Amino acid sequence: MTTTTLAVLVPLLPFLGAAAGLLLGRSAPGFVRPLAVLPTLASLVLAVLVAARQGGGRAVDAVTELTPTGSVPVELALHIDGFAALVAILVGTVATCVQIYSTGYLRDDPRYASYAALVSLFTSAMFLVVYSGDLMVLLVGWEVMGICSYFLVGHYWETPEARAASLKAFLVTKLGDVPFLIGLLALATEAGSFRITRILGAVADGSLDHPTVIALLLLAGVAGKSAQFPLHTWLPDAMAGPTPVSALIHAATMVAAGVYFVARLLPLFEASRAAMVVLAVMAAVTMVGSALAALAQDDIKRVLAYSTIGQLGYMTGALATGDRGAAVFHLLSHGAFKALLFLAAGVIIHAAGTNSLAAMSRMRGLRDRVPDAYWTMTVALLALAAIPPFSGFFSKESVLGAAEHVATGHTEHAPGAAGWTVLVAALITALLTAAYATRLWLLAFRGRGAEAPDHGRQPVVMNAVLWVLALPSLALGGLAFRLLPDWFDGHDLTPTLTTSVLGTGVALVGGIVTYAAWRHTSALADRTPLGAVAAHPEGDAALVEAEAIAAHRPAYGDLASAPDPSDPGRLLLGPLHRHAAVGFHLDAVYTTLFVRPVRAGASLVRFLDREVVDTYVRAAGALPRLLGAAVRRSQTGNVQTYVSALLAGTVVLAVAAVLVATGA
Amino acid sequence: MILAAGSHGFLSPTGVEIAFLLVGLVTLGAAVLTVTTRQLVHAALWLVVALGGLAVEYLLLTAEFIAWVQVLIYVGAVVVLILFGLMLTRAPIGRSPDADSGNRWAALTVAVASAVALVWVVVDAFRTTWIDLDGPAAGSTAVTGASLFQNWVLPFEALSVLLLAALVGAIVLSRKARSTGAGEASPAVAPQAGTSQAGTPQAGAPQAGTSQAGPSRTDGVR
Amino acid sequence: MHLAYPAVLSALLFCTGLYGVLARRNAILVLMSVELMLNAVNLNLVAFDVWLSRAAEETLHSGQALTLFTIAIAAAEIGIGLAIVLAVHRNRGTSDIDKLRDTAEGHEPDGSDTDTPATGTAAEKAEATA
Repeated sequence: MTTTTLAVLVPLLPFLGAAAGLLLGRSAPGFVRPLAVLPTLASLVLAVLVAARQGGGRAVDAVTELTPTGSVPVELALHIDGFAALVAILVGTVATCVQIYSTGYLRDDPRYASYAALVSLFTSAMFLVVYSGDLMVLLVGWEVMGICSYFLVGHYWETPEARAASLKAFLVTKLGDVPFLIGLLALATEAGSFRITRILGAVADGSLDHPTVIALLLLAGVAGKSAQFPLHTWLPDAMAGPTPVSALIHAATMVAAGVYFVARLLPLFEASRAAMVVLAVMAAVTMVGSALAALAQDDIKRVLAYSTIGQLGYMTGALATGDRGAAVFHLLSHGAFKALLFLAAGVIIHAAGTNSLAAMSRMRGLRDRVPDAYWTMTVALLALAAIPPFSGFFSKESVLGAAEHVATGHTEHAPGAAGWTVLVAALITALLTAAYATRLWLLAFRGRGAEAPDHGRQPVVMNAVLWVLALPSLALGGLAFRLLPDWFDGHDLTPTLTTSVLGTGVALVGGIVTYAAWRHTSALADRTPLGAVAAHPEGDAALVEAEAIAAHRPAYGDLASAPDPSDPGRLLLGPLHRHAAVGFHLDAVYTTLFVRPVRAGASLVRFLDREVVDTYVRAAGALPRLLGAAVRRSQTGNVQTYVSALLAGTVVLAVAAVLVATGA
Repeated sequence: MILAAGSHGFLSPTGVEIAFLLVGLVTLGAAVLTVTTRQLVHAALWLVVALGGLAVEYLLLTAEFIAWVQVLIYVGAVVVLILFGLMLTRAPIGRSPDADSGNRWAALTVAVASAVALVWVVVDAFRTTWIDLDGPAAGSTAVTGASLFQNWVLPFEALSVLLLAALVGAIVLSRKARSTGAGEASPAVAPQAGTSQAGTPQAGAPQAGTSQAGPSRTDGVR
Repeated sequence: MHLAYPAVLSALLFCTGLYGVLARRNAILVLMSVELMLNAVNLNLVAFDVWLSRAAEETLHSGQALTLFTIAIAAAEIGIGLAIVLAVHRNRGTSDIDKLRDTAEGHEPDGSDTDTPATGTAAEKAEATA
């Protein structure tokens, strides 16, 4: 088979698996699990084959036009370069892991069939985005991911949190998608094609008239999909979905789509300095703000969600400095360790019966209950905090190195201001990242108090997947930073000494300060008992998680934070904690700015409809009704009345006839 | 006839006309009393007067046979039948205050209006028309019989079929009440007394049956 | 004789009967009024027949023949009519026309009556079959 055929099969197989899963879900439940896992696994193998054949050399391009589509042709195009090949492997790996993990996690879920099919469909859409060489086809995958995300976040639709979160995720990403679509159309009109290669050619020729406008419009869609400030608010709430969904969609793949998209079209963004500055500022604000917010969250998954936002900020920061190699490198390593973090968090939530860090910090022996999750999560947190030699260190250093490279003026692609912004923000974020990673680890695994509840052994598939993902978290960075430049643009990804020392230094400082704060505050934990535990020894993990999410607000008063004085984050953030816990009131701002005017407008329309328009409608009904009532009163059933009326009419007619006949 | 119009004066009535007028007044008065009296039996009796008066009018119009048929059938049979009907429906003897329905004034209006219209049209149309009553009687038995059995045989026979149908109909109506009496009578029981469904309705059924003999016997006479 | 005399008398009798049909409450009185109307027509027929039998050379005496038919039909009508009135009286306990309002629109007092007979009939039938 040619590389093209293999590449076409990669998105097609999960799609067929999804269709078959949806069709057979009810009639043949035995086929659901193989149909979920095997196509994804096959796609992973094919993606590896494609990558091996492509080998980082010339990009594979294949085009076919199904039908003429007007002035700007829409073509089924493949464009597989080193980025696409490697990101596809990441997607396949994480999707396979998540599918396998889900067979254990949603063991008893009645809606597992549709869930697995949607995950497959999502995987297929992501493959499409990765491989597509045509922006319209890419948009198809992009939107399919959006709708799959909506369904999967709302998997526990019985809980109001999940319903609200799925709707919010859908609306916020769509808010970005509208300018994205306009940007795509404008871009295609100016470049004369939706083909990425042609567009890049047009950018190289300088034949684009309005690169800034197009880049900014596209950035809105990227911000929505990749959860960048100010459209990031959906991602923390999306944690109301099942943990594997969080791992797949909201850590490793979908949110990476925005970054990947910018990486593919980076020359277009580089053509506009304003866009690069905006990208840099966006990345900086996202990084720092999300790291602060992560430090204040109580829900373990929300900590990870904010951490995802921050790491995506690193990637956009790298893009803002014009180094897409660093960005995709971080995307790959982050995909591995963040998926691991989420999946391990799912195991922990199941074992602890709660998603609250405050409650976990009051449990003894949680790590002994889940040793696999404990060790793998430790690895992943070290990778997240960028401690050498874990993979996060190398990828993050490549970002820092790129920023430093730009800041010191060694490049013409990006403005120096962008470099400085990204560098400073990245260093601050490195400090904060280490702090919240340490806090997460301490609160989750070093709790003191009552014995952790026994939920039995975790399913083997879930633990096995954790170890599979632990390998790249541990070693990917160290092995890959030498090889990857061949696949990417050729930029050197080796860590430089300055940034390595700086980055590792601030990370260590952050960790140590957090540890000290924890030592200081953990004594308070015994004085304030707190926590609610959902105990279902027989239930599967998804049931426990759904109950834990639903119970968080009643138990702690808020979805995001808990009134826990023993939280080291509270001590570290001081007065900032209150604001950080609610994501710096961005939701409240949105409520004031958008939700309320829309609601007011809706109630006005409702008033106009109910009271004004409907009045006419009701009157149109009431008038005949009144007439009918009047006529009905004459229907007395008294035959004599009827005959009287009949004869009276006859007399009148007869007289009239006589008068007419006689000419009177 | 129109040529003869000159010989008749509108205000110079003949003796026949005066007699006709007087009997007509009596007939009309009896008819008005029939429809206005509050005593139901009196109404029937006034009806006898009105129908008898009409018979006299037929005589005055030289239609003898019809006059006697009128007396025989109407005064002899129909009124008797009506009196039976009044009794069987337990019509109150004496003045009943609610003999007229609430429709009375509307009825009066319609009746007066149609009367005015009819009288106006009739008078206007036949102002100059006279009936010549001289010569042989126009409606003697011989003449009527000849006409009936020469020109009107087929309708006459058809009429006998109609009367047979009426006979059968009357029997069916009475039989229906008797044979399926339990099922049919119960609706009447509901407003009266819930428990004694066998009492009054079935007592009424045989009486109705005997009353139906009336019309059939009348048909037999004719 | 002036033709207007029988014609006017007939018209007046007819309208009297009309008044009776429209105003009387008892069904038998209504039937009487119908008889009055029929007789008014008969008088008309006889009068015009007599007039025409003199005016025309050939006559079928159709007026008198039709009068005879009318009388026969009226006899049949009163027989059937009385049978119906009696049946109604047996079933309803009244022969007042303005109480027979089953065709009334809406919720007249009789409207509820139409329900009770239905249930009563059903109950009776169940009893009969039992």
